[in-house]
Amino acid sequence: MAGVAQLQRQLVDYTASLFHEGFLDDQFNQLQQLQDESNPDFVVEVVSLFFEDSERLLNELAKSLEQQTIDFKRIDAHVHQLKGSSSSIGAQRVQRVCIAFRNFCDEKNVEGCQKCLQQVKHEYSLVKSKLETLFKLEQQILAAGGSIPFPM
Amino acid sequence: MASSSSSSSSCAMGFDFDEKPHVLAVDDSLVDRKVIERLLINSACKVTTAENGKRALEFLGLADGQPPKNADFKVNMIITDYCMPGMTGYELLKRIKESPNMKEVPVVVVSSENIPTRIKQCLEEGAQEFLLKPLGPSDVTKLRCQINKLKNPCQEMLCMGI
Repeated sequence: MAGVAQLQRQLVDYTASLFHEGFLDDQFNQLQQLQDESNPDFVVEVVSLFFEDSERLLNELAKSLEQQTIDFKRIDAHVHQLKGSSSSIGAQRVQRVCIAFRNFCDEKNVEGCQKCLQQVKHEYSLVKSKLETLFKLEQQILAAGGSIPFPM
Repeated sequence: MASSSSSSSSCAMGFDFDEKPHVLAVDDSLVDRKVIERLLINSACKVTTAENGKRALEFLGLADGQPPKNADFKVNMIITDYCMPGMTGYELLKRIKESPNMKEVPVVVVSSENIPTRIKQCLEEGAQEFLLKPLGPSDVTKLRCQINKLKNPCQEMLCMGI
């Protein structure tokens, strides 16, 4: 059982660091609180939807910024969607870049938009890898017969 | 298409399955539909989700050329996102309020953007509430209370404690 306790400790510390470093905000806590025994995979399911949605949007954004004539309205609409879904799962750093991105769209600033696209891709891949690590830890705890410590 | 789901666990409020309020949640974001659905199910509601205004109107029997829904059909509240492609939440609100069948159903508009003119516009058009995203459990508790009040005007005590 010492293994489980250690994994649980690791999970608590890791989760706390994600909040501390601003990768996640309170909305992620809200999602965890919506999960229960009748819906044990809720957070993983929502986050998976976020991953799929974001990857689609990032592809669209890359394509839009490669066009001869930049359609800022279209780009803004995509960024708005990405901002919304990142906000809904608590991916704070992604959401923040989206806000800056939308400002550049308003200004029709191509270079600004391209910079933001790189930034948002970077933040997205960071939060994705961190969430995947978190879920892996949870799986390890469950596989070892332990339970997920209640979010603090 | 619209899809329905509900929890099989019994409700602390004492309503049986048929008495659970039925909420239609409209949002173009799949992530947000999933979250609002869970929030509502956890609040002992039956939920139908729709991905846009057109599908919502079809579900409500308000699409062009559709026959009106029969008397058994019950929706106790509609929650709609404001920013949606095709038809905004405001336009959906207007269509619902123009309908003799559905105009009494409370419509709640939600948005990620806090724009006073937008809020005013929706409230003037008859929205029950305008809430900011992301919604939390306390927002849903408030909405649940409002549904209860409309269903049971004499039993306001049902709003306490949940």
